[in-house]
Amino acid sequence: MKLKVAMVLRYVILILGAAIMLMPFLWMLSTSLKTQPETVKIPPIWIPKHLLFSNYVNALKEAPFVQYFINSVIVTTVTTLGQLFTSILAAFAFSRLNFYGKNILFVIFLGTMMVPGEMLIIPNFVTLSKMHLINTYGALIIPWLASFFTVFTLRQTFQSVPDQIYYAAKIDGASDWHYLWHVLVPISKSTITAVTVLQVIGSWNAFMWPLIVTNTEKLRTLPVGLQAFTSDAGTNYAWLMAASTFVIFPMVVLYIFLQKYIIAGISKTGLKG
Amino acid sequence: MLNAKPTIKSTLKALLYLLPMLVISITFSIYPIIKSFIMSFYTKYDFFKDIVSQYGIDNFKFIFADPDFHLAVKNTLIFVVGVVPLTVIISLVIALLLNRIKWLAGFFRTVYFLPFVTSTVAIAQVWHWIYNSDYGLLNYFLGFFGVNAISWLESPKYAMLALIIMSVWKNLGFNIILFLVGLNNINERYYQAAKIDGANAWHQFTNVTIPLLSPITFLVSVNGVIGSFKVFDEIFALFNGTPGPSKSALTIVYYLYQKFYTEWKYGIAAASGVILFFMILLVTVFQLWYSKRHVHY
Repeated sequence: MKLKVAMVLRYVILILGAAIMLMPFLWMLSTSLKTQPETVKIPPIWIPKHLLFSNYVNALKEAPFVQYFINSVIVTTVTTLGQLFTSILAAFAFSRLNFYGKNILFVIFLGTMMVPGEMLIIPNFVTLSKMHLINTYGALIIPWLASFFTVFTLRQTFQSVPDQIYYAAKIDGASDWHYLWHVLVPISKSTITAVTVLQVIGSWNAFMWPLIVTNTEKLRTLPVGLQAFTSDAGTNYAWLMAASTFVIFPMVVLYIFLQKYIIAGISKTGLKG
Repeated sequence: MLNAKPTIKSTLKALLYLLPMLVISITFSIYPIIKSFIMSFYTKYDFFKDIVSQYGIDNFKFIFADPDFHLAVKNTLIFVVGVVPLTVIISLVIALLLNRIKWLAGFFRTVYFLPFVTSTVAIAQVWHWIYNSDYGLLNYFLGFFGVNAISWLESPKYAMLALIIMSVWKNLGFNIILFLVGLNNINERYYQAAKIDGANAWHQFTNVTIPLLSPITFLVSVNGVIGSFKVFDEIFALFNGTPGPSKSALTIVYYLYQKFYTEWKYGIAAASGVILFFMILLVTVFQLWYSKRHVHY
């Protein structure tokens, strides 16, 4: 009996908690489909009388959200793929090759991970200005093409692959390059997926850096565009919520489908991407 | 081969593999670390020509005397102290509950983690709406308990609390996942042994779960402290590009942003970044020292 009560209590708390976690999302969706008068009704309406999908059309027309979306897709894709490429190569060197200064280099990289990225914004801005890259896709992408976090995670996985496989490939006459891309990378697929998804989420949601290095509408990513839109939308919360949904939705879909990898990635590394 | 001594040839080869990553990280991570320390001593700097005509410690003098910076440090500390313990405790409780159920466990995990994948800027707009003093959902719910409408985002008294609530909500899921991993790694035998010794549920919790979970608790706290020290997006989005009413949510990174981006005082901004670095370093070293005594690996 006591056990049963405990079990019911557990579910009650978890359901209440889940309701609080979901509430902002449901409220966002609900508001995004309301008419203006409905948004300010007290008591609040959860299900609007008519689902006003035109809010989405209007909000997306009000500001160049399509352009923002394209920018976000470009920046996220290039950053993620580029970073993956540089990290796979570096992780291979750290896990399978011997070279002078390996340990020192590794410690230096570990040390730099301790430094708050916000501190680097100022010198990086100056560097990019000198390269005339401010207000270009380059500024949004190039500084993020290397990530120690990704290198470390991949190195760990590469190291866990038995040496015998490496020797076997060598005996078969495979070059290191071939072994890396045709053996090591396919074996490490789940870790690679995990770091990829974490990186996609990170790039998509990044705000401070794109805010600083762009000042034209044409180059804004979705979060920066949305922030700018808040002043245009004013008190039109239905439009604002529609636009917010538009920004959040792709990552939620990605998360639902690739949840397993994201969770595994976080469990393995315990660090934010 | 694998355990062979490094040679010139193997080093050259490794260098080729490392090259793309090295070029980027030296330019955009290692060089700027050194550069920001140097920039913090720039007292006369022409950004357009990149000419420094004077060095000195004036930036630090200015910051240490600047009431805004004092406020930023104070607010940052309040934020850290508000967010980290709350997040750790709530996520631990949720993880413990999730660990004891089977039915719907996956569903709950998905729901609790959802905020982590969402754009801070976008979800802050939703919270902005929830906190609305006239039509917001929160004041409506509080009305049931006889609480008068609160101006969450307009009153300096409540702005920080509003920021803390939203941040805890956003960070819970990440920590829950880590705690779940930790709980899974605790060997069932310890509990059996405790039971044989006559330990009740509470004693099992305090004498088995808590000590064996301490490495994860440590990791979660360090992550939380470092992340909270750097809070920015949440503030910018929740208060529409301001540091809150009467600067009530001005934090160190927000201060850095203002000095750098709106006032173009590069030296002062860099100096505040250096101070942030040392503060985080200090707290992390302290946590490490503390963990040596209290974390059971």
